[in-house]
Amino acid sequence: MVDVTDKAQKYRSVAYYSGCALEGSGNGYDVSTRAIAKELGLALKDVTNWNCCGAMEVKNIDPKIQTYLSSRVLSNAVHLDGADVVMAPCNGCYHNLKKAEYELTHDPKAKEVVDKLSTKAGHETYQAGQAETIHALDWIKATIGEEGLRQRTKGRLAGLKVANYYGCMYVRPRHIFPEKDKGAGSESTSKPHFMDDLLAAAGAENVDFPLKTACCGGAHTLSDADTSTKLVLNILQAAEASGAEVIATECPTCHTGLEMHQVRAEKRFGKKTTVKMMYFTQLLGLALGIGPRKLGIHTNISDSRDLIIQKQLA
Amino acid sequence: MTLGSEIHLQPAAVPPASRFAAIETRIDAIGSGTEPDAAPRAVAELLQLGEEILEIWVCARGQEPTYDTKEGFRLLALHRQGARGEPSFNACRETARELVYHYNLVLSEPAHPETSRRLQLTAMVAKHLCLFVSGKMQVAGLGEFCCAAKPLRGGGE
Repeated sequence: MVDVTDKAQKYRSVAYYSGCALEGSGNGYDVSTRAIAKELGLALKDVTNWNCCGAMEVKNIDPKIQTYLSSRVLSNAVHLDGADVVMAPCNGCYHNLKKAEYELTHDPKAKEVVDKLSTKAGHETYQAGQAETIHALDWIKATIGEEGLRQRTKGRLAGLKVANYYGCMYVRPRHIFPEKDKGAGSESTSKPHFMDDLLAAAGAENVDFPLKTACCGGAHTLSDADTSTKLVLNILQAAEASGAEVIATECPTCHTGLEMHQVRAEKRFGKKTTVKMMYFTQLLGLALGIGPRKLGIHTNISDSRDLIIQKQLA
Repeated sequence: MTLGSEIHLQPAAVPPASRFAAIETRIDAIGSGTEPDAAPRAVAELLQLGEEILEIWVCARGQEPTYDTKEGFRLLALHRQGARGEPSFNACRETARELVYHYNLVLSEPAHPETSRRLQLTAMVAKHLCLFVSGKMQVAGLGEFCCAAKPLRGGGE
C-alpha cells in the first residue's frame, strides 16, 4: 500500500524540471502543466540553472557522464532550491533522473565519477536519497487524485474516447522504479494506469488500447525513418480500431513522433489516420475549464480544434 | 482466405529482411481478411508468427531458439531469451504479453461479437512486434541490414 496522505502534502510544492524538449517541440506540455498547476493551486519552482539530463548521444559515449548530468540537476534542486521532490513531466528526463538515483545507490564507480566531476565543476555533489524524482502523473495523482478531479471537472470529458499512450520509458527498466508495483495506489510497470485513472475521473471514456507501452520508434527516426513511420502508423491504427478519438500522451518524444509520423505516413505510404493527439495535461486542463490557447493546444501539430468544439470543451 | 496451410515457418536460410517482409504481409492479410469463424486458427497463426519473429532475433545473435515455455507460452520464453544481455529488448516485452493476452481473449470467447475487432487488434500487436524487432536488428547491425540493403526492405528513401 502507498501512503497517499504524506505524498498529497509533500508534492504540493515541487522543483520543476521541464527539460529541453518542453522548451521546444513539446512546449504545449510545458504550458499546460504550468496552467493546471496554477488552476489546482500547486506550486512549481523551476530548477535553477538546469542542464540536459543526458538522454541523447552522451550515453553512447559514456553512461557515467549521463549519470553526472542528471545528478547535477538533482544537486541544483536540492542545494540551490532546497527541494526534496523533483517533478519531471518528460519521460526521458524522468527516466534519466531515476536511473541516476539508482546508479548512485548501487554503483560505487558511478558515485566516484559524479563526486569527481561535481568537484571539478564547483558544485555540491548530489547524494542518493536527497531528493525524490516523480513524474507529472505521480504529481497529479497524489495531490489532487481521482476524487479531487471528479469534483473539479464535473465530468467535462464525458463522451470523449481516449487511448492512453505511455510509451516505453515511463516503466522501463523496472529496477529503477522501486516505488512501482507495490499494490493498491502504486503504478504498474506492466499495465500502467495512472493516466487512465486521472482522465476517467475527468469523465473520459478510456478505450482498451493494446499498444499503450509499445515502442513509438523514436530511436529509429534518424537511422530508419520508414520503420518509425510504420511503428507509429500501427499505433495510430490500433488506437482508431480501439475506438479512440484522441490519444493522450505524457512524453514529448512520443507525442512529437506520433504527430510527425502521422503526417509522414500519409505522404509516404498514403495511409491516412484521423485520431488526434493531446498531452494528458491539456485534456485535464480542458476538463478544468481552461481555454485551449492557455493550454498550448494550438502549438500541437495535431489539430484538435474541431474535436474540442464538437465535444463542447471550449 | 483459407487458414491452416499458411501456418509454416520460413526456412532460416532466407535473409531476415525478406522473412520480416513476408511475416508482415501475412499478418496484414490475417488482420484484414479473416472471417470470424476462422478466428481461432488465425489467432494461433499470429502467435506462431510472433514466435518466428523472435526466433529470427535469437538466431541472429548466434543462439539456438528455446522450445521452453514461460507462463505456458513459448513466445514469452523466446522473449526472455532474446532480452538476455540486451535490456533494451524489454521494450517489446509488453507487446509480446499483449499478443498472448489477445490470443487468450479470442480463444476463450470465439463467438463473441467483438471477435473480428479483437483479431484485428491481435494482428496489429503482432505487426508491432515484427516492426520493432526488424528495426532493432537493423540498429544492432544484425542480418544483412545496411544502407545498401535498404531496397530489400521495400524501397527505403
